[in-house]
Amino acid sequence: MRKYIPKDNVQKKAYYTDRYHVVPTVPQSKVDEGSYFAGVLNALGNTVTESSVQLGQLVIHIAPEDNFKVMKTLKETCGYTQCSEQSAVDYLAKDNEFELFWQLLNVGVAKRVRVHCRLANGAAIESIEPLFKSANFAEREMFDMFGIKVNNHPFLKRILMPDDWEGHPLLKTYPLHGDEFASWYEVDKIFGKEYRDIIGPENRDPAKIDIEDTKRFSRVGYEVPFGAEYNAEEETDIEYSETALVNYNKKTSKQLDERR
Amino acid sequence: MAQHQVNYASSAGLPIALTSVDKLVNWGRSNSLWPLTYGLACCAIEMMASGASRYDFDRMGTIFRASPRQADVMILAGTLSKKHSEFARRLYDQMTEPKWVISMGSCANTGGMFNTYATVQGVDRIIPVDIYLPGCAPRPETLQYAMMMLQKKIRRESADMKKNTKQDLTTQTGKRARLI
Repeated sequence: MRKYIPKDNVQKKAYYTDRYHVVPTVPQSKVDEGSYFAGVLNALGNTVTESSVQLGQLVIHIAPEDNFKVMKTLKETCGYTQCSEQSAVDYLAKDNEFELFWQLLNVGVAKRVRVHCRLANGAAIESIEPLFKSANFAEREMFDMFGIKVNNHPFLKRILMPDDWEGHPLLKTYPLHGDEFASWYEVDKIFGKEYRDIIGPENRDPAKIDIEDTKRFSRVGYEVPFGAEYNAEEETDIEYSETALVNYNKKTSKQLDERR
Repeated sequence: MAQHQVNYASSAGLPIALTSVDKLVNWGRSNSLWPLTYGLACCAIEMMASGASRYDFDRMGTIFRASPRQADVMILAGTLSKKHSEFARRLYDQMTEPKWVISMGSCANTGGMFNTYATVQGVDRIIPVDIYLPGCAPRPETLQYAMMMLQKKIRRESADMKKNTKQDLTTQTGKRARLI
């Protein structure tokens, strides 16, 4: 029977996983009363649906509609002036949702906060570019890699892939070697689709040996001149060079005779 | 009246050398190969080292040029991404004939370790290659050797570029095609 590969997640899995392996989790603790993070939560009010402290960082979950409001409060009231990281995680196979996250840093007190939100497939998120300039490229990358649309972004277009690219490579449904569009991209773009037959499909085996191709390969014992037809029936004798360091054509017994 | 016979076929101290047009033209071509300054990835560091004082390409008459119009060798040094492939081909097209291509390093030869959707799996898919240079990354000596091999190849060629066949690309179906 053919091996079943789920269509919604075509990413490669590990060959071997331990039966008793338990994925380590980051220890979580509640936000202590009167701590610095309690003050942050206070300022945010009831927009926060869930909160915890992980590895000394505040982690909060919000609704996707509130993201601009929360970021504005975090920046202007709580002093988180840097947005160091922003992206998404594909949970489409599991929940038909993306998880978006923002990592903010308060340089003054050296505290970090991570903001999470769950965004339904096809929904758009509000841009936080007016607050953090770094979000400009980060949101473009998120659009490029996941296809998540960002409202009120000043210049929302692909940032890594070419403008005419099809598909969003970081989705779990996108294969590592690319779809058909990706594998023919450079041929279609430079020469046109009619050249597909001439140039041929991509060879993704770097150790591939083509026995018929006598321009690049030569089978020992079946050597033919460069570019000539390969002939599997006609075996040729192996010729050793006489000009090299050791002359293998010369019989050793003869050499001994000469020495005597 | 001449006091002694002059043998015109031998040099005999006279400034005469006999050769064929092919040899003369190829002597000129092979001893002033001007590669394009075109680094794509980490191989470019090795290419720069080859051009710099320690390995010194200049002594072979090899001078890097920053314009494709003035260059006759294209060294594809590094990973060629699919987004960039169009521009690599355009630079190749802008170079004047005669022109040669060295594919430097595993990534340019076959895609190397970047067996992904975004990398061209071997630059010979878009540009005809003369010398494939293995290594990851090849050392400057290796690039020098490739340059010398290219010189050898040029010296073997006909001066009339129309007579020289460019690389054949063999497809999996066994058909042979020709990229210009």
